[in-house]
Amino acid sequence: MTSHDHDHHHHDHSELSETELRVRALETILTEKGYVDPAALDLLIQTYETKVGPRNGARVVARARLLKDATPAISELGYAGRQGEHIVALENTPALHNMVVCTLCSCYPWPVLGLPPVWYKSAPYRSKAVKDPRGVLRDFGFELPEGTNIRVWDSTAEIRYLVLPMRPSGTDGWSEERLAELVTRDSMIGTGLPKQPHEVA
Amino acid sequence: MEGAHDMGGVKWSGPVQPEPNEPAFHAEWERRAFAMTLAMGMPGGWNIDMSRFAREDRPPEDYLSKSYYQIWLAGLERLMLERDLIAPDEIEAGKPLHPVKPVAKTLTPDDVARVLHRGGPTEREARAPARFAAGDRVRARMIHPPTHTRLPRYVRGHVGIVERVLGCHVFPDSNATGAGENPQWLYTVTFDGSELWGTASDPGLNVSVDAWDPYLEPA
Repeated sequence: MTSHDHDHHHHDHSELSETELRVRALETILTEKGYVDPAALDLLIQTYETKVGPRNGARVVARARLLKDATPAISELGYAGRQGEHIVALENTPALHNMVVCTLCSCYPWPVLGLPPVWYKSAPYRSKAVKDPRGVLRDFGFELPEGTNIRVWDSTAEIRYLVLPMRPSGTDGWSEERLAELVTRDSMIGTGLPKQPHEVA
Repeated sequence: MEGAHDMGGVKWSGPVQPEPNEPAFHAEWERRAFAMTLAMGMPGGWNIDMSRFAREDRPPEDYLSKSYYQIWLAGLERLMLERDLIAPDEIEAGKPLHPVKPVAKTLTPDDVARVLHRGGPTEREARAPARFAAGDRVRARMIHPPTHTRLPRYVRGHVGIVERVLGCHVFPDSNATGAGENPQWLYTVTFDGSELWGTASDPGLNVSVDAWDPYLEPA
Protein backbone atom coordinates (compact mmCIF):
# COMPACT_ATOMS: atom_id res chain seq x y z
CA MET A 1 0.00 0.00 0.00
CA THR A 2 1.44 3.36 -0.91
CA SER A 3 1.76 5.48 2.18
CA HIS A 4 0.14 8.42 0.52
CA ASP A 5 -0.55 10.15 -2.78
CA HIS A 6 1.10 13.38 -1.82
CA ASP A 7 4.51 12.01 -0.93
CA HIS A 8 4.66 8.91 -3.11
CA HIS A 9 4.40 9.53 -6.78
CA HIS A 10 2.91 6.19 -7.79
CA HIS A 11 -0.29 7.99 -8.65
CA ASP A 12 -0.12 10.59 -11.38
CA HIS A 13 -2.64 13.40 -11.67
CA SER A 14 -4.94 11.59 -14.08
CA GLU A 15 -5.25 8.63 -11.70
CA LEU A 16 -5.90 10.96 -8.81
CA SER A 17 -8.61 12.81 -10.64
CA GLU A 18 -10.09 9.45 -11.64
CA THR A 19 -10.46 8.68 -7.94
CA GLU A 20 -11.92 12.11 -7.28
CA LEU A 21 -14.43 11.67 -10.09
CA ARG A 22 -15.37 8.22 -8.86
CA VAL A 23 -16.00 9.45 -5.32
CA ARG A 24 -18.10 12.32 -6.65
CA ALA A 25 -20.09 9.94 -8.87
CA LEU A 26 -20.67 7.61 -5.96
CA GLU A 27 -21.89 10.38 -3.69
CA THR A 28 -24.30 11.59 -6.40
CA ILE A 29 -25.70 8.09 -6.86
CA LEU A 30 -26.04 7.37 -3.15
CA THR A 31 -27.61 10.76 -2.45
CA GLU A 32 -30.08 10.55 -5.33
CA LYS A 33 -31.05 7.03 -4.30
CA GLY A 34 -31.62 8.29 -0.77
CA TYR A 35 -29.02 6.01 0.81
CA VAL A 36 -26.94 8.82 2.27
CA ASP A 37 -27.77 12.28 3.58
CA PRO A 38 -24.93 14.67 2.61
CA ALA A 39 -25.52 16.66 5.80
CA ALA A 40 -24.78 13.52 7.83
CA LEU A 41 -21.57 13.05 5.81
CA ASP A 42 -20.55 16.64 6.61
CA LEU A 43 -21.17 15.99 10.30
CA LEU A 44 -19.12 12.77 10.29
CA ILE A 45 -16.19 14.60 8.70
CA GLN A 46 -16.51 17.55 11.05
CA THR A 47 -16.54 15.19 14.05
CA TYR A 48 -13.19 13.63 13.18
CA GLU A 49 -11.58 16.83 11.91
CA THR A 50 -12.50 19.09 14.80
CA LYS A 51 -13.85 17.17 17.80
CA VAL A 52 -12.24 13.76 18.14
CA GLY A 53 -8.45 13.72 18.22
CA PRO A 54 -5.37 13.14 20.33
CA ARG A 55 -6.20 16.01 22.70
CA ASN A 56 -8.83 13.65 24.11
CA GLY A 57 -6.21 11.02 24.78
CA ALA A 58 -3.88 13.58 26.33
CA ARG A 59 -6.59 14.49 28.85
CA VAL A 60 -7.05 10.79 29.65
CA VAL A 61 -3.32 10.32 30.19
CA ALA A 62 -3.01 13.44 32.33
CA ARG A 63 -5.94 12.40 34.51
CA ALA A 64 -4.72 8.79 34.68
CA ARG A 65 -1.32 10.01 35.84
CA LEU A 66 -3.09 11.82 38.68
CA LEU A 67 -5.43 8.89 39.45
CA LYS A 68 -2.86 6.16 38.67
CA ASP A 69 -5.48 4.43 36.52
CA ALA A 70 -6.81 5.10 33.02
CA THR A 71 -10.14 3.28 33.09
CA PRO A 72 -11.98 5.76 35.35
CA ALA A 73 -10.36 8.64 33.46
CA ILE A 74 -11.71 7.37 30.13
CA SER A 75 -15.23 6.86 31.45
CA GLU A 76 -15.30 10.13 33.43
CA LEU A 77 -14.36 12.05 30.30
CA GLY A 78 -17.06 10.22 28.33
CA TYR A 79 -14.80 8.93 25.56
CA ALA A 80 -16.46 5.87 24.11
CA GLY A 81 -17.89 4.43 20.97
CA ARG A 82 -16.79 3.59 17.48
CA GLN A 83 -13.33 2.00 17.36
CA GLY A 84 -12.96 2.48 21.11
CA GLU A 85 -15.57 0.11 22.47
CA HIS A 86 -13.03 -1.78 24.58
CA ILE A 87 -10.02 0.37 25.55
CA VAL A 88 -7.07 -1.02 27.51
CA ALA A 89 -4.35 1.30 28.83
CA LEU A 90 -0.72 0.17 28.82
CA GLU A 91 1.61 1.71 31.37
CA ASN A 92 5.19 2.51 30.40
CA THR A 93 7.83 2.12 33.12
CA PRO A 94 11.62 2.55 33.18
CA ALA A 95 11.83 -1.23 32.55
CA LEU A 96 9.13 -1.56 29.87
CA HIS A 97 8.15 0.40 26.77
CA ASN A 98 4.83 -0.40 25.05
CA MET A 99 4.10 0.09 21.35
CA VAL A 100 0.80 -0.44 19.53
CA VAL A 101 0.32 -1.57 15.93
CA CYS A 102 -2.32 -3.19 13.73
CA THR A 103 -0.41 -5.42 11.31
CA LEU A 104 -3.60 -6.52 9.49
CA CYS A 105 -5.23 -3.14 8.85
CA SER A 106 -5.44 0.10 10.84
CA CYS A 107 -7.14 -0.57 14.20
CA TYR A 108 -6.65 2.46 16.43
CA PRO A 109 -8.51 3.95 19.43
CA TRP A 110 -10.55 6.62 17.61
CA PRO A 111 -12.40 8.17 20.60
CA VAL A 112 -9.13 9.08 22.33
CA LEU A 113 -6.71 9.55 19.42
CA GLY A 114 -8.88 10.41 16.41
CA LEU A 115 -8.17 8.87 13.02
CA PRO A 116 -4.82 7.12 12.57
CA PRO A 117 -2.00 8.97 10.79
CA VAL A 118 -0.82 7.75 7.38
CA TRP A 119 2.40 6.24 8.75
CA TYR A 120 0.41 4.08 11.20
CA LYS A 121 -1.50 2.56 8.26
CA SER A 122 1.59 2.22 6.06
CA ALA A 123 3.39 -0.99 5.09
CA PRO A 124 6.73 0.01 6.69
CA TYR A 125 5.17 0.47 10.14
CA ARG A 126 2.83 -2.52 9.98
CA SER A 127 5.63 -4.85 8.88
CA LYS A 128 8.46 -3.57 11.06
CA ALA A 129 6.79 -2.81 14.41
CA VAL A 130 6.42 -6.46 15.48
CA LYS A 131 9.93 -7.48 14.42
CA ASP A 132 12.18 -4.47 14.92
CA PRO A 133 10.38 -1.97 17.16
CA ARG A 134 13.65 -0.38 18.27
CA GLY A 135 14.34 0.31 14.59
CA VAL A 136 10.92 1.94 14.33
CA LEU A 137 11.76 4.17 17.30
CA ARG A 138 14.99 5.13 15.52
CA ASP A 139 12.86 6.13 12.49
CA PHE A 140 11.05 8.45 14.91
CA GLY A 141 14.36 9.85 16.09
CA PHE A 142 14.92 8.26 19.46
CA GLU A 143 16.90 5.41 20.94
CA LEU A 144 15.34 3.26 23.63
CA PRO A 145 17.82 2.49 26.47
CA GLU A 146 19.24 -1.03 26.07
CA GLY A 147 17.97 -2.13 29.47
CA THR A 148 14.37 -1.24 28.64
CA ASN A 149 12.33 -4.18 27.40
CA ILE A 150 9.86 -3.58 24.61
CA ARG A 151 6.38 -4.95 24.30
CA VAL A 152 4.43 -4.69 21.04
CA TRP A 153 0.64 -5.07 21.05
CA ASP A 154 -0.83 -6.15 17.71
CA SER A 155 -4.48 -4.99 17.69
CA THR A 156 -5.98 -8.03 16.00
CA ALA A 157 -9.40 -7.90 17.73
CA GLU A 158 -11.70 -5.06 18.85
CA ILE A 159 -9.64 -4.27 21.95
CA ARG A 160 -8.01 -0.86 21.46
CA TYR A 161 -4.77 0.05 23.22
CA LEU A 162 -3.64 3.40 24.62
CA VAL A 163 -0.09 3.82 25.94
CA LEU A 164 0.34 5.76 29.19
CA PRO A 165 3.75 7.39 28.78
CA MET A 166 5.91 7.93 31.86
CA ARG A 167 5.25 11.16 33.69
CA PRO A 168 8.14 13.55 32.99
CA SER A 169 10.16 14.59 36.02
CA GLY A 170 9.76 18.14 37.24
CA THR A 171 5.95 18.02 37.00
CA ASP A 172 5.07 17.57 40.67
CA GLY A 173 1.97 19.52 41.55
CA TRP A 174 1.06 20.20 37.89
CA SER A 175 -2.62 20.45 37.05
CA GLU A 176 -4.32 18.04 34.69
CA GLU A 177 -4.42 20.73 31.97
CA ARG A 178 -0.69 21.42 32.20
CA LEU A 179 0.18 17.72 32.21
CA ALA A 180 -2.02 17.17 29.14
CA GLU A 181 0.08 19.69 27.21
CA LEU A 182 3.07 17.36 27.54
CA VAL A 183 1.27 14.35 26.10
CA THR A 184 1.87 13.88 22.37
CA ARG A 185 -0.12 11.62 20.08
CA ASP A 186 2.92 9.48 19.32
CA SER A 187 3.65 9.00 23.03
CA MET A 188 0.21 7.39 23.33
CA ILE A 189 0.95 4.99 20.43
CA GLY A 190 4.39 4.19 21.82
CA THR A 191 6.38 5.68 18.94
CA GLY A 192 7.31 8.84 20.81
CA LEU A 193 7.97 10.31 24.23
CA PRO A 194 6.02 13.02 26.04
CA LYS A 195 7.38 16.55 25.88
CA GLN A 196 9.60 17.74 28.71
CA PRO A 197 8.41 20.61 30.94
CA HIS A 198 10.88 23.08 29.39
CA GLU A 199 9.39 22.44 25.91
CA VAL A 200 6.02 23.91 26.87
CA ALA A 201 7.20 26.59 29.30
CA MET B 1 -7.07 -15.47 3.58
CA GLU B 2 -3.43 -15.12 2.56
CA GLY B 3 -3.49 -11.48 1.53
CA ALA B 4 -1.01 -8.65 1.13
CA HIS B 5 -2.72 -6.95 4.09
CA ASP B 6 -1.11 -9.44 6.51
CA MET B 7 2.15 -7.52 6.81
CA GLY B 8 3.64 -8.37 10.21
CA GLY B 9 7.35 -9.17 9.91
CA VAL B 10 7.44 -8.88 6.12
CA LYS B 11 10.66 -7.35 4.83
CA TRP B 12 9.84 -3.87 3.59
CA SER B 13 12.19 -1.27 2.23
CA GLY B 14 12.39 2.21 3.64
CA PRO B 15 11.79 3.71 7.06
CA VAL B 16 8.53 4.66 8.72
CA GLN B 17 7.86 8.24 7.61
CA PRO B 18 6.04 10.42 10.14
CA GLU B 19 4.47 13.61 8.77
CA PRO B 20 4.70 16.64 11.07
CA ASN B 21 1.34 18.26 11.85
CA GLU B 22 -0.49 15.74 9.72
CA PRO B 23 -4.11 16.68 8.89
CA ALA B 24 -6.96 14.19 9.39
CA PHE B 25 -7.47 14.03 5.61
CA HIS B 26 -5.22 14.91 2.68
CA ALA B 27 -7.87 15.58 0.01
CA GLU B 28 -11.57 16.34 -0.23
CA TRP B 29 -12.28 12.96 -1.85
CA GLU B 30 -10.78 11.24 1.21
CA ARG B 31 -13.24 13.09 3.46
CA ARG B 32 -16.19 12.03 1.32
CA ALA B 33 -15.00 8.40 0.90
CA PHE B 34 -14.49 8.12 4.66
CA ALA B 35 -17.90 9.58 5.50
CA MET B 36 -19.75 7.55 2.86
CA THR B 37 -18.18 4.37 4.22
CA LEU B 38 -19.32 5.17 7.76
CA ALA B 39 -22.77 6.33 6.68
CA MET B 40 -23.49 3.34 4.40
CA GLY B 41 -23.04 0.87 7.26
CA MET B 42 -26.61 1.60 8.37
CA PRO B 43 -28.53 1.16 5.08
CA GLY B 44 -26.03 -1.40 3.78
CA GLY B 45 -26.44 -3.74 6.71
CA TRP B 46 -22.95 -5.26 6.58
CA ASN B 47 -20.74 -5.69 9.65
CA ILE B 48 -17.15 -4.57 10.33
CA ASP B 49 -15.72 -7.99 9.50
CA MET B 50 -17.47 -8.00 6.11
CA SER B 51 -16.03 -4.51 5.50
CA ARG B 52 -12.52 -5.62 6.37
CA PHE B 53 -12.77 -8.66 4.12
CA ALA B 54 -14.06 -6.52 1.22
CA ARG B 55 -10.94 -4.35 1.53
CA GLU B 56 -8.44 -7.18 2.00
CA ASP B 57 -9.73 -9.77 -0.45
CA ARG B 58 -8.03 -8.45 -3.57
CA PRO B 59 -4.89 -9.32 -5.53
CA PRO B 60 -1.69 -8.19 -3.77
CA GLU B 61 -0.71 -5.92 -6.66
CA ASP B 62 -4.07 -4.16 -6.36
CA TYR B 63 -3.94 -3.85 -2.55
CA LEU B 64 -0.35 -2.59 -2.57
CA SER B 65 -0.87 -0.04 -5.35
CA LYS B 66 -3.83 1.69 -3.71
CA SER B 67 -3.64 4.36 -1.02
CA TYR B 68 -5.52 3.75 2.22
CA TYR B 69 -8.72 5.54 1.29
CA GLN B 70 -8.62 4.12 -2.25
CA ILE B 71 -8.84 0.71 -0.56
CA TRP B 72 -11.78 1.93 1.52
CA LEU B 73 -13.47 3.17 -1.65
CA ALA B 74 -12.92 -0.13 -3.45
CA GLY B 75 -14.23 -2.02 -0.41
CA LEU B 76 -17.34 0.16 -0.21
CA GLU B 77 -18.07 -0.27 -3.92
CA ARG B 78 -17.74 -4.04 -3.61
CA LEU B 79 -20.10 -4.24 -0.61
CA MET B 80 -22.72 -2.17 -2.45
CA LEU B 81 -22.33 -4.04 -5.76
CA GLU B 82 -22.70 -7.40 -3.99
CA ARG B 83 -26.01 -6.23 -2.53
CA ASP B 84 -27.31 -4.58 -5.74
CA LEU B 85 -27.44 -1.18 -4.04
CA ILE B 86 -25.51 0.18 -7.03
CA ALA B 87 -24.59 -1.24 -10.44
CA PRO B 88 -21.35 -0.93 -12.43
CA ASP B 89 -23.06 1.08 -15.18
CA GLU B 90 -24.24 3.59 -12.58
CA ILE B 91 -20.67 4.21 -11.39
CA GLU B 92 -19.65 4.68 -15.04
CA ALA B 93 -22.52 7.06 -15.73
CA GLY B 94 -22.16 8.90 -12.43
CA LYS B 95 -25.90 8.79 -11.82
CA PRO B 96 -28.67 6.35 -10.87
CA LEU B 97 -29.92 4.21 -13.78
CA HIS B 98 -31.89 1.54 -11.95
CA PRO B 99 -34.76 1.48 -9.45
CA VAL B 100 -33.86 2.17 -5.84
CA LYS B 101 -33.57 -0.94 -3.71
CA PRO B 102 -35.42 -0.22 -0.46
CA VAL B 103 -33.22 0.03 2.65
CA ALA B 104 -34.27 -0.14 6.29
CA LYS B 105 -32.80 3.17 7.40
CA THR B 106 -30.38 5.89 6.39
CA LEU B 107 -28.11 7.87 8.71
CA THR B 108 -29.46 11.35 9.45
CA PRO B 109 -27.49 14.23 11.00
CA ASP B 110 -29.48 13.68 14.21
CA ASP B 111 -28.23 10.08 14.37
CA VAL B 112 -24.53 10.83 13.98
CA ALA B 113 -23.42 11.59 17.56
CA ARG B 114 -25.49 8.79 19.07
CA VAL B 115 -24.38 6.18 16.52
CA LEU B 116 -20.71 7.07 16.91
CA HIS B 117 -20.94 7.08 20.70
CA ARG B 118 -22.66 3.70 20.75
CA GLY B 119 -20.12 2.14 18.38
CA GLY B 120 -20.24 -1.60 17.94
CA PRO B 121 -19.25 -3.40 21.15
CA THR B 122 -18.26 -6.99 20.39
CA GLU B 123 -18.36 -8.57 23.87
CA ARG B 124 -21.14 -11.14 24.34
CA GLU B 125 -22.39 -13.24 27.22
CA ALA B 126 -20.36 -16.42 27.61
CA ARG B 127 -22.21 -19.70 27.16
CA ALA B 128 -19.34 -21.83 28.50
CA PRO B 129 -16.26 -21.30 30.66
CA ALA B 130 -13.01 -20.19 29.03
CA ARG B 131 -10.77 -23.06 27.90
CA PHE B 132 -7.57 -21.25 28.87
CA ALA B 133 -6.47 -19.17 31.85
CA ALA B 134 -3.75 -16.55 32.29
CA GLY B 135 -0.37 -18.30 32.36
CA ASP B 136 -1.35 -21.22 30.08
CA ARG B 137 0.99 -22.17 27.25
CA VAL B 138 -0.79 -22.21 23.90
CA ARG B 139 0.15 -22.71 20.26
CA ALA B 140 -1.36 -20.57 17.53
CA ARG B 141 -2.81 -23.10 15.11
CA MET B 142 -1.33 -23.49 11.63
CA ILE B 143 -4.46 -22.53 9.75
CA HIS B 144 -4.83 -21.09 6.25
CA PRO B 145 -8.52 -20.28 5.81
CA PRO B 146 -9.48 -19.00 2.34
CA THR B 147 -11.93 -16.62 4.07
CA HIS B 148 -11.46 -13.78 6.57
CA THR B 149 -9.32 -14.39 9.64
CA ARG B 150 -7.62 -12.19 12.23
CA LEU B 151 -4.80 -14.60 13.10
CA PRO B 152 -1.69 -13.04 11.55
CA ARG B 153 0.64 -15.37 9.64
CA TYR B 154 3.68 -14.44 11.70
CA VAL B 155 2.36 -16.12 14.86
CA ARG B 156 0.89 -19.28 13.29
CA GLY B 157 2.54 -22.42 14.63
CA HIS B 158 4.26 -20.53 17.45
CA VAL B 159 3.94 -21.01 21.20
CA GLY B 160 2.98 -18.18 23.53
CA ILE B 161 1.52 -17.55 26.97
CA VAL B 162 -2.03 -16.46 27.68
CA GLU B 163 -1.61 -13.12 29.39
CA ARG B 164 -5.18 -11.87 29.69
CA VAL B 165 -8.61 -13.36 29.27
CA LEU B 166 -10.62 -10.67 27.48
CA GLY B 167 -14.13 -12.08 27.57
CA CYS B 168 -16.29 -13.66 24.91
CA HIS B 169 -16.31 -11.69 21.63
CA VAL B 170 -17.90 -11.86 18.17
CA PHE B 171 -15.79 -14.22 16.05
CA PRO B 172 -14.70 -12.40 12.86
CA ASP B 173 -14.08 -15.58 10.87
CA SER B 174 -17.81 -16.39 11.17
CA ASN B 175 -19.17 -12.87 11.17
CA ALA B 176 -17.38 -11.94 7.93
CA THR B 177 -19.05 -14.72 5.94
CA GLY B 178 -22.56 -14.00 7.21
CA ALA B 179 -22.51 -17.18 9.34
CA GLY B 180 -23.43 -15.24 12.48
CA GLU B 181 -21.54 -13.79 15.42
CA ASN B 182 -20.58 -17.18 16.91
CA PRO B 183 -18.95 -15.52 19.99
CA GLN B 184 -15.72 -17.10 21.23
CA TRP B 185 -13.41 -16.51 24.16
CA LEU B 186 -10.71 -13.97 23.34
CA TYR B 187 -7.22 -13.94 24.87
CA THR B 188 -4.14 -11.75 24.75
CA VAL B 189 -1.38 -14.21 23.86
CA THR B 190 2.21 -13.07 24.29
CA PHE B 191 5.17 -14.46 22.34
CA ASP B 192 8.88 -14.12 23.01
CA GLY B 193 10.65 -12.29 20.21
CA SER B 194 12.99 -15.28 19.75
CA GLU B 195 10.02 -17.65 19.33
CA LEU B 196 8.82 -15.57 16.37
CA TRP B 197 12.05 -14.31 14.84
CA GLY B 198 14.79 -16.69 16.01
CA THR B 199 18.06 -16.02 17.75
CA ALA B 200 18.62 -12.71 15.97
CA SER B 201 15.59 -11.22 17.72
CA ASP B 202 15.88 -8.33 20.13
CA PRO B 203 16.31 -10.17 23.48
CA GLY B 204 14.01 -7.75 25.28
CA LEU B 205 11.12 -8.10 22.81
CA ASN B 206 7.67 -9.53 23.48
CA VAL B 207 4.82 -9.37 20.98
CA SER B 208 1.17 -10.07 21.67
CA VAL B 209 -1.88 -10.66 19.54
CA ASP B 210 -5.50 -10.93 20.61
CA ALA B 211 -6.58 -14.43 19.59
CA TRP B 212 -9.97 -16.14 19.72
CA ASP B 213 -10.25 -19.64 21.15
CA PRO B 214 -10.51 -21.45 17.77
CA TYR B 215 -7.09 -20.01 16.81
CA LEU B 216 -5.39 -21.76 19.74
CA GLU B 217 -4.48 -25.22 20.99
CA PRO B 218 -2.83 -26.29 24.27
CA ALA B 219 0.99 -26.49 24.12
